[in-house]
Amino acid sequence: MEKKVGFEGTMIRSNWRLLFLLTIVPLLLTGCGKPFISALNPQGPVAREQYSLILLSILIMTLVIVVVVIIYVYVLLKFREKPGQEGYPEQVEGSHKLEITWTVIPIILIIILAIPTVQSTFNLSENPPSSEAAAESDALLIKVTAHQYWWEIEYPDYGIVTAQDIYIPTGERVYFEVTAKDVIHSFWVPSLGGKIDANPGLTNHIFLEADKPGVYHGKCAELCGPSHALMDFKVIALEPSEFEQWLATMSDYNDAPQTALAEQGRAIFEQSCIACHATDGATKSPYPNLAGLGDREAIAGYLKNTPENLKRWIENPEEVKEGNLMPSATELGLSEQDIDALVEYLSQLKLN
Amino acid sequence: MSTHAVKRTSVSLQQKPSFGSVLWDWLTTVDHKKIGIMYLAAGGFFFILGGLEALLMRLQLMYPENTLVSGTTFNELMTMHGTTMIFFAAMPILFGLINCIMPLQIGARDVAYPFMNALSFWLFLFGGILMNISWFLGSAPDAGWTSYVPLASQAPSGMDFYVLGLQVSGAGTLMSGINFMVTILTMRAPGMSLMRMPMFTWTTFIASALIVFAFPALTAGLFLLMFDRIFGAQFFDVAGGGNVIIWQHLFWIFGHPEVYILVLPAFGIISEVVSTFSKKRLFGYSSMVIATILIGFIGFMVWAHHMFAVGMGPIANALFSVATMAIAVPTGIKIFNWLLTMWGGRIRFTTAMLYCVGFIPSFVMGGVTGVMVAAAPADYQYHDTYFVVAHFHYTIVGGVVLGIMAALYYWWPKIFGKKLNETLGKWNFWLFLIGFHLTFFVQHLLGLMGMPRRVYTYLEGLGFETGNFISTIGAILMAVAALIFVINIIYTHTRVKEIAEADPWDGRTLEWATETPVPFYNFAQTPLVRGLDPLFIEKTQGDGKMKPAEPLGEIHMPSPSILPILLAFGIFIVGLGFCLHSFFDNKWISYFIVFIGTVFSLLMMMFHSIKEDHGYHIHPNDYTNKGVGM
Repeated sequence: MEKKVGFEGTMIRSNWRLLFLLTIVPLLLTGCGKPFISALNPQGPVAREQYSLILLSILIMTLVIVVVVIIYVYVLLKFREKPGQEGYPEQVEGSHKLEITWTVIPIILIIILAIPTVQSTFNLSENPPSSEAAAESDALLIKVTAHQYWWEIEYPDYGIVTAQDIYIPTGERVYFEVTAKDVIHSFWVPSLGGKIDANPGLTNHIFLEADKPGVYHGKCAELCGPSHALMDFKVIALEPSEFEQWLATMSDYNDAPQTALAEQGRAIFEQSCIACHATDGATKSPYPNLAGLGDREAIAGYLKNTPENLKRWIENPEEVKEGNLMPSATELGLSEQDIDALVEYLSQLKLN
Repeated sequence: MSTHAVKRTSVSLQQKPSFGSVLWDWLTTVDHKKIGIMYLAAGGFFFILGGLEALLMRLQLMYPENTLVSGTTFNELMTMHGTTMIFFAAMPILFGLINCIMPLQIGARDVAYPFMNALSFWLFLFGGILMNISWFLGSAPDAGWTSYVPLASQAPSGMDFYVLGLQVSGAGTLMSGINFMVTILTMRAPGMSLMRMPMFTWTTFIASALIVFAFPALTAGLFLLMFDRIFGAQFFDVAGGGNVIIWQHLFWIFGHPEVYILVLPAFGIISEVVSTFSKKRLFGYSSMVIATILIGFIGFMVWAHHMFAVGMGPIANALFSVATMAIAVPTGIKIFNWLLTMWGGRIRFTTAMLYCVGFIPSFVMGGVTGVMVAAAPADYQYHDTYFVVAHFHYTIVGGVVLGIMAALYYWWPKIFGKKLNETLGKWNFWLFLIGFHLTFFVQHLLGLMGMPRRVYTYLEGLGFETGNFISTIGAILMAVAALIFVINIIYTHTRVKEIAEADPWDGRTLEWATETPVPFYNFAQTPLVRGLDPLFIEKTQGDGKMKPAEPLGEIHMPSPSILPILLAFGIFIVGLGFCLHSFFDNKWISYFIVFIGTVFSLLMMMFHSIKEDHGYHIHPNDYTNKGVGM
């Protein structure tokens, strides 16, 4: 399945490495941004291919800017009006030679950029293998459904349903089927590659790959309402063996309460929460399936995962995430003790 | 010049007209210069409004997890900022400049349809008012200036004001486009062939053609959205078999040419100002004209580059990538032609010229990032991030706004009769330019570092803090610069007593051949044009005055009319009625308002059709001056 990605490794690689040394802009850029979120710190082949195209275009464009600025500075220094100058300078109509030059050179530059662009557009648009082919190739397919303001994650081949945290194995191309439930969202993991819109009523495809284990930040990139800014998710890349383990845990998820308080919490959950949420890691509940919540990267998509934050979220969701649809504890008629029990139970929904 | 000074004194000694008659004069005017001034004033007001909205957003984003405004309020500010700046600030200010200058540049006495010109203005103003009323009626539009469905079709009532406000002002814009095209095609002075037209007139012509072809797409899209929102249609409702992508196509078929509608007149301005202050004719005039036409033409074939992440597939993405890159070629021609116009010239660094000098590298930055975002696979990373925000602000602020500022300093003496203060002008320029680059340059990096656009906040620890802080400081500098400009205007019009010379910059085109202030009939005798830069030709090959192309005779002028503002008001009532549909339990109340507005508008139209009005004639004895101008 290992397919060489794109034009990388051919002409572009040798060219840009050489030119890389000749310009400071990419040097400035590569230092920027955290490896878990920045498109300038690519952590997989897809993001790398896009990054090299970004670099190539920056190089060509820097060249253009340099030429313009040299002429510009020269003109502004040389041809300012000096005291005592009278009359008019020579009125020049134009110059065919010059005009053809600055028509042809940009065309050449654009062709240099257009070829890898077209190549790469086709490289990055591969649809997931059909189901039979997928069975043969073992390619992993993940269905992502965007909601205001959370991400539903489904592993159709394994019957796993979860939310917010997307687990993938490293070193392998992972295919995503992306759609949306309510309004348009956009699925973006900058350090692994970008980006595809999640459109209601339509399904889009994208593939990503992570080189190393790690937690990569994902963002919603299309305005989707008041809490658009907080609609974060995580891609967690694991070594293939650990990923197998995660699959095993999730396919047979144990959501039984472990303590007495958690027992109470489970009872409250079944009374107040179950209409919207499941905890089994297999049901497509209308709102996030909470299996593994205790080990999620964040509460409500962006808060640090602590019992205090979980409590804050349950007590007053609107304060945490404007415009979300979860009823507050008061609306659900939950007492302080009820919430504590609920938090105890939900925090126990771990991944081991 | 001294005779003019005497004339002004005698005028000021006359009895001052009453406030009521001045107001009536402005409300009923069909004079392109007065309409232009009203466009500038209203556009300036909306520019300040949009600027304040931007400043609030920047203050909210100054620190991570700031709580100055909520997510909803931020979305309203962001939507209103974009919509206001594009439709109610940049376009009207350009229309103001076009109105004031273009007829003078072609030696005409007014535009082709003066009545329609007034109607266009009032429709724009009422459209802008209608949209901004939403602030006071519950909620402002909050789905972004692009208003992607289904977010926009499900949004609260504020969205109706966006739809109807744009529909009302869009009708005015379309009429302006037609008006400018016809004016340029039919009303040029004798001798002014198409290839002798000043670049500003050329770019106005092409921009008007773009309006005529692009705005109907927006109108169609807005009607669909209106029917979805008000009458429960399901064009964009997936559950009802609708499609959410079609809106994006309709919007961008309009939206991309819109960028060129804004930037082409700015190109024209730069061409005029650079040529004047370099004392040279525009280098490669013919190729400039061809480049303008090409930009307008290709500009219609690239709209889907705003939609690379929509999932159109590789064939569409690749085609639109390459088409988009192609636009860089004619744009590049323009940049080099400007540079070569200055080459060998004698550059005078007035404020207007400084703005042009600031424009060139700023716009080149916007242009090159434009080519970068044109590469679809790379755009998968840039799309909907701050990189794009930086890119289009480099084209619209670095291109359009700097161009507009150059134009204001350049043409202010002709339009308002006073020269703006140059010292304040230079402060204005430097603060604005530095503020602009501070605000937007770092946003390229923020986008690449993973910051999506249209976010009301960002979390601490992702590395976005420094960039956002710098950006906000830049925005504050821009606000200070705008304030200095306002002070400059107030200073100029309260402290400066002398009327500006008719030709203060040693101009080359016909607008400088008229008197200042320009008489309402512009030219007592239509000038004879002997070539490109007609006034310059007369200065170097004649006696410095334009030769008349006609004997002294009666001048035919259009009569003023109150109907344009009344008709526009009627259409405003129709729009308001539709906007109020969710405010009444009984929808028929809002439909009744619509009915009243419709009947009123139709009556006004009928009145205009039935009433015979052939304008009036001025006898040569009544001119204040003779000859072409000065």
